[in-house]
Amino acid sequence: MRDTRASTKVMAAGTIVEPIAAQTAEEISAQEFVRVVETHRPQIFRFLLASTRDVDLAETLTQECFLKAHRNWSHFRGESTAMTWLMRIAINLQKDHWRNRRMQFWRQTRSNAVDVDEASDWLPSGERTAEQRLLAREQVGRVWTAVKGLSERQRTVFLLRYVEEQELNEIATATGLSEGTVKAHLSRALAKVRTELGGKR
Amino acid sequence: MKWMKSITGKAAEPQPDLELNPELRQALQNFRQSVHAWSDAEINRPRSVRVAADSAWRPALAWALGCVVIAGGVSGGLYDHHRVVVERQQAAARIAHERQLAEQQKLQQTDESLLANVDTDISRSVPAAMEPLAQLMEDNGSN
Repeated sequence: MRDTRASTKVMAAGTIVEPIAAQTAEEISAQEFVRVVETHRPQIFRFLLASTRDVDLAETLTQECFLKAHRNWSHFRGESTAMTWLMRIAINLQKDHWRNRRMQFWRQTRSNAVDVDEASDWLPSGERTAEQRLLAREQVGRVWTAVKGLSERQRTVFLLRYVEEQELNEIATATGLSEGTVKAHLSRALAKVRTELGGKR
Repeated sequence: MKWMKSITGKAAEPQPDLELNPELRQALQNFRQSVHAWSDAEINRPRSVRVAADSAWRPALAWALGCVVIAGGVSGGLYDHHRVVVERQQAAARIAHERQLAEQQKLQQTDESLLANVDTDISRSVPAAMEPLAQLMEDNGSN
């Protein structure tokens, strides 16, 4: 993005090639955006999928996220990383979605969210014994149960930390919370996960 | 893993990750890998866009219903307007007819009373020669 601006300025100095330069800058900007989409789409989709457990909804919100990002691409100042910026958009879209759903309680809204058991069927491929796989499945199921019981904010912070492996300052920027608040939410979320893991023994 | 690195790297700061015991850490790792596996499988799955084709009848139905409602509203309004106009005309005609009847009745009454007065006057005015007889009839009538 910054390179695009620089190239626009340099090229704008020329008088004859100015229209061509503007077009080139636009093309560069578009190419940059395409690269950003290709790089960050899986991560945004994954976060939204884990948040909603709904594949279609996650796909829709991901598309909306990049559509919004494309519209505001020229306003992106680079104060945070593109990933953090995109994640912030995704979090806001997700919030809006749940808020709208709560407001439209009279509408018969169909949810495609998969069950916790179904979500925990997905296990990493690796050389594991049947017993290890069973244990892992049980653990994943319990974590999903705990995640389901978390508040919206706790869930967001938890997923950003332990699924997306973001640093606390990145989470704070993406969520618009202070680092202290992020830590507090994370601590509460972990306590619930721990209780879920230990409680059903 | 970054969050696992931070456990060892930032020991001075109070980090929530410090509370992780090996079992919890293993569970979180499995959870993370599970979500990644699910997401990778879903993002690469080809999707067919059937929604637009299937729901094509919905806008058509909405339009049809909208047209029916508008047509119903307009025709209902027109019918109501027509009904009011007809009722007004009928009421006006009825009032006019009643007025006409009243006037006729009034005229009739006037004529009748006039004739009655004339009859009385005529009956009372008798020739002088008949005056004693008329007097006698009046006396008899009063008795």
